[in-house]
Amino acid sequence: MKHQNEMKLSFPSQSANEGFARAAVAAFVSQLNPPVDELVDIRTAVSEAVTNCILHAYPDTCGMITLTVWLYPNGKTIIKVTDRGRGIDNLDKALEPLFTTGGEERSGLGFSVMQSFSDKLRVKSNPGKGTIVLIEKMIGNR
Amino acid sequence: MKYMLETTRDEIRVFLSGELDHHASRPLREQVDKAVERGKPRLLRLDFADLTFMDSSGIGLIMGRYRLMKITGGKLLLTGVTDRIFQMMRMAGLEKLDIGLSPPGGDSGTGC
Repeated sequence: MKHQNEMKLSFPSQSANEGFARAAVAAFVSQLNPPVDELVDIRTAVSEAVTNCILHAYPDTCGMITLTVWLYPNGKTIIKVTDRGRGIDNLDKALEPLFTTGGEERSGLGFSVMQSFSDKLRVKSNPGKGTIVLIEKMIGNR
Repeated sequence: MKYMLETTRDEIRVFLSGELDHHASRPLREQVDKAVERGKPRLLRLDFADLTFMDSSGIGLIMGRYRLMKITGGKLLLTGVTDRIFQMMRMAGLEKLDIGLSPPGGDSGTGC
């Protein structure tokens, strides 16, 4: 099935952009008239993915984060979050609930939250080159 | 994100409003910790009722304040916790810890 609409957005990995990223995706997805709950799921998943890029992909530098969103006629929504940061050495470990390299103030729940608030989550990482996170979510019961 | 700190002799209350994410959590944490370290309250109350958004950064904030209250010998109480926030708390196993939970605006002291 071909997507019916698409958007792409790039911004630097500054934490002030976390709110911008989730608001922009929510505004774009709103054309599907999603129930409030599903929209909050999407905002939360995007916030987690973008925060991961800021904290882990570019820990000591500022790099670009790219968001691409595809909307399909059946309500399927795919959000791709791409960075060109340091990548994830041990993906299995990173996906484990509560595992974090972010220190005491981080819960280690980022990927778990993305997983439970979406229908499908795919993570591809190339250590030293970057990470791609794909979040898939069906909007409405169509 | 906005917050209001209310301090009494043995309790510090923090009323959060707006969106709590990683960006907002650092300045918030610094202010709360400063107040706790200075006042050594018996109770630290975090009120989530007026939050319009929270991601796992908020869970990290709760975990960190729980640890701080353990060290300073006080208790942590959470009010106005929504189903969604509670769902994330469970993912982190926080429901098993000695953290009080009570409805928003309640004045039930140490909670249940």
